Amino acid sequence: MYFNVFGEKVSRARYREMVDAAKNRRELIAAGLTSRRDLCKMGLLTAGGMLVAKRGLSARAYGQVQTNNPASSGSNNSPGTNQNCVPGNQTQSPVITPFLDPLVVMPMAQPVSSLTPTPTENPNTGAGEVRAAPFQAPLIDPVRFPVVPSTLYNFNQRQFTVNQTSDPALPPQTIWGFDDGTGTRSPGPTYHAFYGRPQLTRNINSLPPVTQLNNTGFGMPSVTTHLHNAHNPSESDGNPCDFYTSGHFCDQYYPNVLAGFNSDHAPHGDINESLSTLWYHDHRVDFTSQNTYKGLVGFYCLFNQLDTGNEGTGFHLPGFPQFDIPLAFADRVYDPESGQMVFDLFNLDGILGDTFLVNGKIQPFFQVQPRRYRFRLLDTGPSRFYEFFLTDLNNLSATNPYWLIGTDGNLLPSPIQIQSVRVGPAERVDVIIDFSKFAGKTIYLENRLNQINGQGPVAVDSQVAAQNSSSTECSSVLNSNQPAILPAGTGNRLLQFQVSSGRVSDGSVDPATNPTFYQLPNTKAEPRIVRTFKFDRLNGQWSINGQFMDCNQFRFAVQQNSVEQWLLTNLTGDWTHPVHIHLEEHQILSRNRAAPTVPADTGRKDVTQLHPNERVQLFFRFRDWMGKYPIHCHNVVHEDHAMMALWHVVAQGDHVLVP
Amino acid sequence: MADISRRKLLGGTALTPFAAAAGSLSGAGSKATGRSEATPSELARRRIQRLHLPNVPLITHEGKQVMFYDDLVKGKVVTLNFFFAKCDEICPRVTANLAKVQKLLGADLGTKLFMYSFTLKPEEDDVRAIKSFREMFGARPGWTFLTGKAENLELIRKGIGFKYPDPAIDGDKTQHIGNVRYGNEPLMLWAACPGMAHAEYLAESLSWMLRPETNRIQSS
Repeated sequence: MYFNVFGEKVSRARYREMVDAAKNRRELIAAGLTSRRDLCKMGLLTAGGMLVAKRGLSARAYGQVQTNNPASSGSNNSPGTNQNCVPGNQTQSPVITPFLDPLVVMPMAQPVSSLTPTPTENPNTGAGEVRAAPFQAPLIDPVRFPVVPSTLYNFNQRQFTVNQTSDPALPPQTIWGFDDGTGTRSPGPTYHAFYGRPQLTRNINSLPPVTQLNNTGFGMPSVTTHLHNAHNPSESDGNPCDFYTSGHFCDQYYPNVLAGFNSDHAPHGDINESLSTLWYHDHRVDFTSQNTYKGLVGFYCLFNQLDTGNEGTGFHLPGFPQFDIPLAFADRVYDPESGQMVFDLFNLDGILGDTFLVNGKIQPFFQVQPRRYRFRLLDTGPSRFYEFFLTDLNNLSATNPYWLIGTDGNLLPSPIQIQSVRVGPAERVDVIIDFSKFAGKTIYLENRLNQINGQGPVAVDSQVAAQNSSSTECSSVLNSNQPAILPAGTGNRLLQFQVSSGRVSDGSVDPATNPTFYQLPNTKAEPRIVRTFKFDRLNGQWSINGQFMDCNQFRFAVQQNSVEQWLLTNLTGDWTHPVHIHLEEHQILSRNRAAPTVPADTGRKDVTQLHPNERVQLFFRFRDWMGKYPIHCHNVVHEDHAMMALWHVVAQGDHVLVP
Repeated sequence: MADISRRKLLGGTALTPFAAAAGSLSGAGSKATGRSEATPSELARRRIQRLHLPNVPLITHEGKQVMFYDDLVKGKVVTLNFFFAKCDEICPRVTANLAKVQKLLGADLGTKLFMYSFTLKPEEDDVRAIKSFREMFGARPGWTFLTGKAENLELIRKGIGFKYPDPAIDGDKTQHIGNVRYGNEPLMLWAACPGMAHAEYLAESLSWMLRPETNRIQSS
């Protein structure tokens, strides 16, 4: 049987035509570009026929091509971003000596005893609050969800200056972060949240007003903070179209309640919908990429009676915060002249950096004990995908397996042993690494995924069903010279682990004993509707079903407490879109009709990688809350160029099949 | 449908800092003087100009020669998009959409905000051709159509990122980028909308450049 990307059955002849057309197109491009001479010209092959060193192949957010620009008296740089499949002779960030600085573990967010003025059910516009609607939770149950819960936070978003490395090659950077009252940092402080303990954050915009002209080249100081993955009421979700400027605030109510509490699993919700690794980030429409690049991100770790944060209880996972460490990954570019972080304002495809940060420091080291740790890995974007490996430079041929225990921060039914895991923008994975076998050694967390531009990884071979074995245009241009996965030790070493020697006690569960966590909620329920979303590019304009983001339009209406299936399709043969849906998680039922095979696809998700020429089938239960939410590509450059749609949850859903 | 229920408008005062900002740069051709003398903001603004907003000569639909950065963009709130007169697919749709947008901009067009449309095919689109194309869509003063040397227009197109990673597609003008770049040059606020987005929403997005102190909420 043969299918097109919509999942429609097609004849064998038609399928062959489709494959041939794609192949012809690739060959056409290849014919024009893959000659040895062209490759040399593009700097990919040396005269001796060797591939150039890895640094020359890494993607850059800026290119350098001579232009005839009379306004510039210095070096003439063209924007050069993702000009071609192949990066040209590109500007590089200053070279920073890696592993000089210790890893920063973000401190736990500090609550406050009260807020002035006191939070109100209705938006307190008189005091400068900008919120779309009254809190929903107190209307459902004012006893469980008091308007002023006992846990309160006061977060200011501020501009601040920070050293991202102790290497003097890079001056201090002026960026944006969150201040819980203990100082401004980026990533912001980590929330330590519990199910059954509702909380409220006052998010205050204390960034410099835009008109004071202290913009360092990018960033829009009007904000809206989204709590990514939360089962949250819409008024507190951080909608991209609700934004506010300096001097204003929004009170955001986080009920910390399980999905189903007000519907099919009343009153406490479905334990199998438990969330654990969430993150918060700015979501200002059209400017999310700039504002998150500038630092407006942070973690929100949510615990319950099973995932307790204490390795002596519950699932016995490594204890928070000493052995349970959130890691936020980011790639950035710095101007070689000024040393300041720069952002390509004029990019449509996606932005890659050549300098890697973990928790706000460039390539830090982390001194660990020879025992098990839980790491929560987050790709903060803007556009890069990662495939994380453990690398021992003294033993490159060794495979160093570790354990995947959660996808997008939601625990899997049980641990899966892996050698690597691929993570796209906004995705998270929870992993357990046992350092006991590396006692006394230095090893690295290495990204070995080969990505040369904003389109996505050069090949998606490991993740796409055999029927669509076609790789991206770029990888066919580059042909066999571009492996999907770089050899061990030649990728991006992101984090250095210095493992102490000797033996220490370890009270955490050994994943090899196959502990069980939550069960996956069943996906057998009949959907009320199956909707189709085509992710495409129309004359360079990112679109969903041929339409574009509009803050004044709801594209469809989901019925409260109903089941839906969504088909995400990607007709662009060249692009991977990490698609994020707010409010509810989903499970991947199929990729091109086949059940998911990659371990990271088998759990509950809030971002799904939509690969070239794919059709992915998702299962949802939309429960409890009402109101507006978006679906969007989380390659934030695509998102900011209108690859987003608003929808809402209402009492009576609609029947729009292709919204 | 939603409404904008609360807005704080700066009104005319929003433009004051622009003039100060424009004055702080001693011309686009000035020499970058390194870390010690320029603030990070000034360096960033120069860098944006150098990489993205080439100061190349162009010719308007009135036959007047102008410099892209100095005359069209510097110190202004602008929209930038590409077209060619004989394009029968996307260009008329985007241009017709922009014609709706210019109506919604009211008195801001030509005073606080300037729209620029650049030809992709200067070899076909001389002054007369872009003038008649412009008139076909009833463009008001403040919406300028431009032609010029092909290499200069290419510098602008690539400068503002209207290009594809795949050179085969990039060379196919029927697939040209239909986005509308919008920005506030002195404040270094730049974004883009699809040219085929709803005109009302496009006009609203442009208003954020004129009045960046806007708060916005959408009712559920």
